[in-house]
Amino acid sequence: MVPLLEMKNIYIEGLSEERWNPIIKGIDLTLNRGEVLGLIGESGAGKSTLGIASMAYTRQGCRISSGSIRFDGEELLGAPKERLRKIRGNRIAYVAQSAAASFNPAYRLINQYAEAPVQHGIMNFKKAAKEARDIYKRLLLPDPDNIGFRYPHQVSGGQLQRAMVAMAMACRPDLIIFDEPTTALDVTTQIEVLAAVKHIVEEFNTAAIYITHDLAVVAQISDRIMVLRYGNLVEEKDTREMIARPEEDYTRRLLAVRSIHEEKDLSQSEKDVILEVSGVSASYDGKSKILEDIDVKIRRGRTVALVGESGSGKSTLARVITGLLPLSGGSISYNGNTLPIALKGRSKEMLRQIQMIYQMPDTALNPNQKVSKIIGRPLEYYFGIKGQKNDKKVFELLEKIELSEKYFSRYPTELSGGEKQRICIARALAAKPELIVCDEVTSALDQLVAKEILKLLQSLQKEMNVSYLFITHDLATVKAISDEIVVMLKGKIVEQGTKEEILAPPHHEYTEMLLSSVPEMDPDWLDCLLKVRKESGKLSSMIEA
Amino acid sequence: MKNILELTFKRLLLGFGTIIVISMLIFIGVEALPGDLAEAILGQDATPETVAAFRAELKLDLPPHVRYVEWLGNFLQGDLGNSLAGDRPIAEMIGWRFSNTFFLAAVSTVIAVPIALILGILAALYRNTAFDKTISIVTLSFISFPEFFIAYILIALFSVQFQFFPSIANIDDGMSLFEKLHSVLLPSLTLTMVVTAHMMRQTRASIINILSSEYIEMAKLKGLKRLRVIVVHAFPNSLSPVINVVALNLAYLVVGVVIVEVVFVYPGLGQLMVDSVAKRDIPVVQASGLIFAVTYVLLNLLADLLSIVTNPRQLNPR
Amino acid sequence: MNGFMKLLRRSPWSARIGLIIVLINLTAGVMAPIICPYSETEKAGDIWVQPNAENILGTDHIGRDLFTRLVYGARNTISIAILATFIAFTVGSLMGFFAAVLGGWTDLILSRIIDVLMAFPTLILALMVLSVVGTGTVPLIAVISLIASTRVYRLSRAVAMDIEVMEFVEAARLRGENIWWLMRHEILPNALPPLVAEFGLRFCFVFLFIASLSFLGLGVQPPYADWGGMVRENAGAITFGIMTPLFPAAAIAVLTVGVNLIVDWFLHISSGLKD
Repeated sequence: MVPLLEMKNIYIEGLSEERWNPIIKGIDLTLNRGEVLGLIGESGAGKSTLGIASMAYTRQGCRISSGSIRFDGEELLGAPKERLRKIRGNRIAYVAQSAAASFNPAYRLINQYAEAPVQHGIMNFKKAAKEARDIYKRLLLPDPDNIGFRYPHQVSGGQLQRAMVAMAMACRPDLIIFDEPTTALDVTTQIEVLAAVKHIVEEFNTAAIYITHDLAVVAQISDRIMVLRYGNLVEEKDTREMIARPEEDYTRRLLAVRSIHEEKDLSQSEKDVILEVSGVSASYDGKSKILEDIDVKIRRGRTVALVGESGSGKSTLARVITGLLPLSGGSISYNGNTLPIALKGRSKEMLRQIQMIYQMPDTALNPNQKVSKIIGRPLEYYFGIKGQKNDKKVFELLEKIELSEKYFSRYPTELSGGEKQRICIARALAAKPELIVCDEVTSALDQLVAKEILKLLQSLQKEMNVSYLFITHDLATVKAISDEIVVMLKGKIVEQGTKEEILAPPHHEYTEMLLSSVPEMDPDWLDCLLKVRKESGKLSSMIEA
Repeated sequence: MKNILELTFKRLLLGFGTIIVISMLIFIGVEALPGDLAEAILGQDATPETVAAFRAELKLDLPPHVRYVEWLGNFLQGDLGNSLAGDRPIAEMIGWRFSNTFFLAAVSTVIAVPIALILGILAALYRNTAFDKTISIVTLSFISFPEFFIAYILIALFSVQFQFFPSIANIDDGMSLFEKLHSVLLPSLTLTMVVTAHMMRQTRASIINILSSEYIEMAKLKGLKRLRVIVVHAFPNSLSPVINVVALNLAYLVVGVVIVEVVFVYPGLGQLMVDSVAKRDIPVVQASGLIFAVTYVLLNLLADLLSIVTNPRQLNPR
Repeated sequence: MNGFMKLLRRSPWSARIGLIIVLINLTAGVMAPIICPYSETEKAGDIWVQPNAENILGTDHIGRDLFTRLVYGARNTISIAILATFIAFTVGSLMGFFAAVLGGWTDLILSRIIDVLMAFPTLILALMVLSVVGTGTVPLIAVISLIASTRVYRLSRAVAMDIEVMEFVEAARLRGENIWWLMRHEILPNALPPLVAEFGLRFCFVFLFIASLSFLGLGVQPPYADWGGMVRENAGAITFGIMTPLFPAAAIAVLTVGVNLIVDWFLHISSGLKD
């Protein structure tokens, strides 16, 4: 049987600094009818570039320099533009990462759905619109008869992403390219889209290429997985085989990314509360409350994980604790003393005690300051350490974060993402704080790098007995690093307690949903979950949320 | 629709407020003259009695806010007071000149807008080609040239060398439309060149911005024809920024028109204003300045309003 | 300095032309008394003499050497333009930074004042102010600085706002740093590239604006040489087919193009370095 798609010896180059540099270095890719292939890799692996190249398409500044792309027996490389146009959208469809940016804001969803089939002369608008409603229904979109008449900005993110999956199905293509379609979504929303994708692909027996950085996600959908790194193929296997018996070290590390565990004796620190947030509420405009009646205690040497999805108010709580956003009710006490609510009212000593590490190491470091100044400034500012003594301290801190001395005089632009985050950690440590607020510190990093950062944070905690308030949406991180967990939803605390208390059933309903929505490295996980949810009648309510 | 009405109303209110503040500033500016208007006009030698009499005639003895309200009220009724120099009613001097300036600006607009839009869109569609680069260099030059440089080159070419058009653009009511057009062609070409350069560059930039958006990539990957991608997907979204560009540049005409009128000795409001500044005929400067400023504010207002009502997101709020 | 030479070697031809134009103009301005065959206001022949060996560009409407007037014109016009740009920059960017960093009422009041000033067309505002305070070099510089500073304010406020929301500024704030540290160490170094480009563009604006006002007879006053004024004085010649007014007008055009070419190059490399 002729494979549906056969890409051979593909080389792709990208233009940077007026030179063509290789992005994809000779990869073969074969896909049969009805088969789902997962393309996985970290940033810079070239997975997206390779994925969209299957349509013989490259983004601005890229070119396919050699190879062969045969789709259904027909060579696409070098084919006339008109021929490619007739295949794109019709026989190969594309689902992008950001639905909000990929829908034209000027037209209703249903018009954009119908555009491809009408323009390719497959059916008239009336028939397309009828089919659209049917597909919307299959994807469990709310009010499927009318949702198509809305404009893109009138529909929520998860729904819009499903509407884009529907749009890709419009011509009943033989192949769909999914380019990180769930990366920008919350876990509970991600499930909906994953379920939609899996459902539709199986139902119409469509072949698909699913591009993602998350091995657990791709394990649910794909029949076969290709692991890419730096434009090369690392390993290719059937999904179950890959999960059970990875051959390459890199794949093994990707699979093991969620396994950090450490047991800590919590009895010592039970009474030693350093920060106490009581009855705190806050708002940005003085009217609508972003936080309501929040009580949290942070004990010395412990990690409190603050978990919630976007809009839960978890980052706002960090801003209130650091004094960036004055609270509107309640109080915060630090070592028994009430903290002034605004930043301006706090003494140097109070500021020193609470330090912060940010999500984006790129914007958290001043690109015009050398590492020596970034780490040296808090030393000078809080302790008056100057000159050679300052340099010596900076070297000590560099050692603590496992970076060599040569980083001393580098600029942030010369560092990788993980190295930058380490510098941020060193800057926080320089102040000798008792509490470090970590705001999504690993979510902008590749998984393997993130794991190293978490390990570093753990070992520093052991060494310096510092407390962490760890804000995150990623439950895997929570399981790995926390001692206590606080679950937030819409500005309120849903549940809190030690890790054992929260992770062991019975759960609060929302915690249950959060926990169960985290993809696991088990190919059957999604099917089981959907079955359980369907039986308990939670599926429809979940999808309408 | 509620959203869009609210935005429009807010913007109108802001525009109206700006005009009031501008009129106050213009009024206060004159108040701030060292000494006062009467002394300034009559000179140092005038006796206190004449000054007092003159002050009474100009109503300078009344408190400022009373005079401001009266001045603005008269202005709105078309009574702009008398010129200091000729003692003629300013409204009479200005009315005709204003219509001349409006005619010149209108002719320039009619020529400039289509050229700028077509060139801008073409440059965006064929970006980084020789065509685009040539246009980019030419327009960059036009932006760098002072208006009078372009004007004198046109004069040297078309009225001295070839004698196609007059170097002095005089028009009067007795002329036919064709004669008028013939007379203002060189000044309006000058204005056109300057304004087109700006307008075209900004049009190009906003079209390129739209063309690089993800929904355009999606439209391409749907296998749509190039023409359809541009007409159906890019055009409606570029309307709002492009209309904004056009209106803003028409506001820029207000500045250019003053210089061009002086070069071509064209009997417009700008020429009158420059003469009056030199003569320090302050009531005339005040009146013509206010007219120019209000026109400018109104054009900016129009730009904002049009870009609100042509923005797809605003048209269909949540 | 080494880095600059390296950049220069890799510069495109357009930027080199721009640099040469600017250097020639600056040198001519500085060296005016040395290179000019006549003094600034000296009569050197008949009126509107065509270019010849004695007057290489001919003479003007009252018989002064046009080349001499051009060189002195460069000296006067460019120095006034640089001074006005400099004042506009200091005032505008300082206020813009303050507005961005302090926010709240400071920002609101400053921004509203600037809004009102920008609601006037530039030339009309200048004409009205000059009609009240009278013409002269000091009012000229003052009014141009005022107008240019409104644009500088808008840009530097916007740039500073963009930097202000970055987390490294927040980190410095959380550390307890005062406003001077924030402006001097965190914001200014990162705002520099767009501000330098803006300096070039503002210089062009100021320079053209002075030329326009002088052309209208409201800028640099006679007998001092000034390019805009020279165009005005000699404008009558053109109807006789004498090209005298085109020389100063072309000088203005060439210098502005030169500065614009350099700015373009700078924008290109500073945006390229970000990637």
